[in-house]
Amino acid sequence: MIWQFDIIILIFLVVAAIVSLRLKDLLGASMVFGIYSFLICLLWAEMGAVDVAFTEAAVGAGVSTVIMIATVFSTTRRSKD
Amino acid sequence: MDPIIANFIEENIVPKFNYWIYVILMMIGLYAMITKNNLIKKLIGMAIFQTAIILFYVSIGVKETGGIPIISHHGPDHHQEAEVHSEESSKNLKHNIIDKDKYANPLPHVLMLTAIVVGVSTLGLALAISQRIHKSFGTLEEDEILNELRPGGHD
Amino acid sequence: MKVFGLIAVFVVGLLLLSATQDFPSWGDPRSAASDGEVSSFYIEKTESVTKVPNMVTAVLADFRGYDTMFETVVIFIAGIGIIAVLRNFEGTDSPSDHDNDDDGAGLLARFTCSLILPFIQIFALYVVAHGHHSPGGGFQGGVMFGASYILLALAFGLSKAKQLFSERRTMIFAVIGIFIYVGWGVLCLLLGKEFLNYSVLDSILPGDSMMARSHSMLVVEIGVAFTVTAIMFSMYSNLSTRGRLSKGL
Repeated sequence: MIWQFDIIILIFLVVAAIVSLRLKDLLGASMVFGIYSFLICLLWAEMGAVDVAFTEAAVGAGVSTVIMIATVFSTTRRSKD
Repeated sequence: MDPIIANFIEENIVPKFNYWIYVILMMIGLYAMITKNNLIKKLIGMAIFQTAIILFYVSIGVKETGGIPIISHHGPDHHQEAEVHSEESSKNLKHNIIDKDKYANPLPHVLMLTAIVVGVSTLGLALAISQRIHKSFGTLEEDEILNELRPGGHD
Repeated sequence: MKVFGLIAVFVVGLLLLSATQDFPSWGDPRSAASDGEVSSFYIEKTESVTKVPNMVTAVLADFRGYDTMFETVVIFIAGIGIIAVLRNFEGTDSPSDHDNDDDGAGLLARFTCSLILPFIQIFALYVVAHGHHSPGGGFQGGVMFGASYILLALAFGLSKAKQLFSERRTMIFAVIGIFIYVGWGVLCLLLGKEFLNYSVLDSILPGDSMMARSHSMLVVEIGVAFTVTAIMFSMYSNLSTRGRLSKGL
């Protein structure tokens, strides 16, 4: 496995997770959560788990992000922390 | 890069580096679930925790010499194997000998497919409950909800 | 409160980090998980016993098919749970009042989506049908098909999507999917052997018992795709309208 690629993607993953939890705008937090799902899908495709990457791309970065944004639109958009 | 430093990295850090990052991701998710006040942030923390655990399981099945777990009959290796085993009984020509070091371990992939789907079901139901809470209390912050449930006291 | 959380997270994190000393090196082909008997059996024997090259689909739909059946039931329960928590039946007036409320996105988005939607659906059906030879299968194809209906609802408005895929039809699809899966297992039971033992079906299906397993995997994956499609669309339509099923995003 190409370890340089792995290390770079993993560092991006940690940064995306921390940013998604620090944003006060809930719409932006949902979008960065979509970025997190896409990066994990890329990591799994590089590791050789193609079925898992396919499922995560369809479910995590597709449906999961959409229903989170739908909930944010129906309720409040700002959060206090 | 200096070859000594590259060697040091390859021997000591590369074999275990991935596990450290997975533990850090899990702890980020756990911290968010415990300390954040907003309900949606708690759900994002739960999702980060779940995907970090799935990442850990899938990386157990990785093999350095292996590719994806789909057997293909058009690769260059198969013709060589058929020639090598042609001296043996003809039964071996029909059942190709499959070298298990060339394929990644398929068992963690199967278990984690179920885990991803269960994770999205849980997320959908949790978002529905949080919408219902917002309809009853008007807010999604945990301390305001607790204040309305127990008026005046903080327990 | 935050201090306690920080202390707990640090303690657990240090424990887990110290446990990683005992792990095998990442990518080792001789590690305990990769060299064991069970995984070696699945890698070496799947092709000769079931004639399906994709090992993950074979293990998911045939060797561990009982697991997959209950996973489909879990998705179904989540869909019903969302309806039970959120669905609000009181505000439903006559349908003609709400027809002009939402017309979706602008002209450009509607034109693009009307061009691209048939291709998304054909690709989703392709992914379901080719789960044996390439990555894919029932779940992935079902989610893509459900996502195509979500795209229809976003571009043209929820009322247009409800004309094609109403709530009653959604629930019928979801239940049909589970019945296909369980019914196929009961069919194996009626022919003499155990539940979900596909090799006895070579008396009804063409080919020998190995091809019967391959065909049964396809039938079972179609059942899973039905349920997942219906529940994905139902989840979206309930969550984006706060249970009222009108005036979507």
